Amino acid sequence: MIRQEIKKLAVYSVFLAILILPMVGFRTTHFEAGRAFKVLGLFIAILVANFVAKVVRSRRGEDQLQKVSLGDRISLRFAEIPKIYTLGLLVAVAAVFPLLADNYMIDVGITCLIYVTLGLGLNIVVGLCGLLDLGYIAFYAVGAYTYALLNLRFGVSFWAALPAGVLMGMFLGCVIGYPTLKMRGDYLAIVTMGFGEIIRLVLNNWDKLTAGPNGLFGMQKPTLYYPGFHDGGLHLSVYSIKTLPALYYMILIIALLTLVGIRRLNDSRIGRAWVAVREDETAAELSGVPTTWLKLLAYALGAGFAAVAGAFFAAKLSYVNPNFFIFMESCIVLCIVVLGGSGSIPGVIVAGFILIAVPEIFRELQNYRMLAFGAIMAIMMVLKPDGLIPARRRRVQMAERRQLAGESNE
Amino acid sequence: MTSTGFILQQLVNALFLGSIYALIALGYTMVYGIIELINFAHGELFTAGAFIGLIVLSALQSVGWVDSHFILTMVIVFAMAMAYVAVLGVALEHVAYRPLRDASRLAAILSALGMSIFLSNGMMLSQGVSDRAYPSIFGAEGITVMGAKITNGQIFIILLAVALMVALQLFVHRTRLGKAMRATAQNRTMSRMLGINIDQTIRITFIIGPALGAAAGVMVGLYYGAVRFDMGFIFMIKAFAAAILGGIGSIPGAMIGGLIIGGVEVLWAAFLPSAWKDVTTFTLLILVLYFKPSGLWGQGDVEVRV
Repeated sequence: MIRQEIKKLAVYSVFLAILILPMVGFRTTHFEAGRAFKVLGLFIAILVANFVAKVVRSRRGEDQLQKVSLGDRISLRFAEIPKIYTLGLLVAVAAVFPLLADNYMIDVGITCLIYVTLGLGLNIVVGLCGLLDLGYIAFYAVGAYTYALLNLRFGVSFWAALPAGVLMGMFLGCVIGYPTLKMRGDYLAIVTMGFGEIIRLVLNNWDKLTAGPNGLFGMQKPTLYYPGFHDGGLHLSVYSIKTLPALYYMILIIALLTLVGIRRLNDSRIGRAWVAVREDETAAELSGVPTTWLKLLAYALGAGFAAVAGAFFAAKLSYVNPNFFIFMESCIVLCIVVLGGSGSIPGVIVAGFILIAVPEIFRELQNYRMLAFGAIMAIMMVLKPDGLIPARRRRVQMAERRQLAGESNE
Repeated sequence: MTSTGFILQQLVNALFLGSIYALIALGYTMVYGIIELINFAHGELFTAGAFIGLIVLSALQSVGWVDSHFILTMVIVFAMAMAYVAVLGVALEHVAYRPLRDASRLAAILSALGMSIFLSNGMMLSQGVSDRAYPSIFGAEGITVMGAKITNGQIFIILLAVALMVALQLFVHRTRLGKAMRATAQNRTMSRMLGINIDQTIRITFIIGPALGAAAGVMVGLYYGAVRFDMGFIFMIKAFAAAILGGIGSIPGAMIGGLIIGGVEVLWAAFLPSAWKDVTTFTLLILVLYFKPSGLWGQGDVEVRV
């Protein structure tokens, strides 16, 4: 066993040397040995650490099959606590956060919540309905641009533009959803990716409407109206949501409403029908589930939530440009959904914070952020394909499977 | 100036771009045919090939081989780039795809996406963010046919691309390994029962596909004169369009799909506003998928679940 592992280690090291030395070493025709060997050393160190861990584990003779992994134990323990407490605690922490944090932290918090909202929306499409969508950020762009254009051209306020943006997003969701109804799986991924790029390119090229790559700026912040006494009578006062904490609370409320909405959807007849479509479309169709409508509905609702987040984003920044909506962003949102555990709402929240906030902490290592992001994404998929906090339905399935495996072992 | 010469010129350009898309599309189609996975990192493998080609070519140019031993230089450049990327492809398959062969499709696709991000950023860190200039070794000279000018570089690249595709076709249809590949693509379980080494077959697919992509990468570098760490994305999405257009899993389909996509793109850019050429390509892809989901040459049921 150990001999085999050593052999493997040697082979891997040779492979790494072949791969890393030329690519890292030769920036010009001059070979930068120091840089190349430093990187190679780092990777080999990781391999050696992995090797040592394996050897130690095999010495201890732990039986992997029987042992419930740490992550599972944590999530099981987590599931035992009544939901209302954990949720209440989370909301309380989120609510007092701006009082304790500085502006930069609040800004990061806002970004996190935007992505959580996006993740929850995409969770409908990917997690519940099982349709892979790689162009989701396009709806976010549609929401942002709808608000920007309505506000700049016609002076429409945020609250009036919001439903327009949502309708526009849902409409485009159906436009994208309709031709893809016949397709499944991988084709869907490519088509949605193509649609995402088409929308970005249209925003980029349609100079007359969207000002092209320069983007649109100068949108008004959202305002709140409340009755108040001044000038000797009852009038509506205007409060502009301008400061970072105010914007933070606004997106917090948006995220919470999304959360509640999606939870209710998840537990509804529609939610169960979506899961049925995900698990076996043919069987669902035969059982009388209107799969076509449900898929369109999933696209439209997912797009609607993204459009809300997009309108907020445009209002917060007062600036949009097509480069905010590149393919990479779709990947990040998809990552949030899948890393969290497809279909799992707490998973999306946790993964949203991990993927957006943690890289912010390592801002000094900015260049290495995306490198680590990609690596973690691949490693996570290999080690835990069901995500950090698998959805409840999935968890039950896994437990059943384990039980069955246990029985057949005995 | 829509003369015959201009049109002919555009056709040559289309043939050139089309053969590059075809080479990349072959990598997708082969991998998809065998393990039914979109290799999202294929665009990055292509870019890696371009970078290795750049490194080797610059080194050979600095010792003056480009002028003295032109053919040998080209052979070395292409061979090194293809060999490197083949190793990278095998490593990729081993690390990121093999453990997920029986997992859900979504997990495999995300793992591929993760590797794509990792490789692209790795190349950005090691080779720089900006455009890297390729040594220009083909001059402007060439032959003129009916008013269309075909440069030596274009001729060389088109010939090489055709040669590689013919070699691939021969390999797949005339050798034992090729037969094993075709069998595995048709029915993996049955092939395993009949004694075909599935792991080895998949590994060979991950040698050939990326190697062809790497060759395309070097060609792009030689022709356009510059490479960039993120150029893989746009080539990837178009080559994928080509692979689907021709019917994914079908090798001749990928070649013809590449030519169609290249042709549409070049002709659109020649006669209509070129800023919209990518929009046209994607729209074409969606239309084909809508009306003929199995592609123009695809056979059988290609519907797969997430």
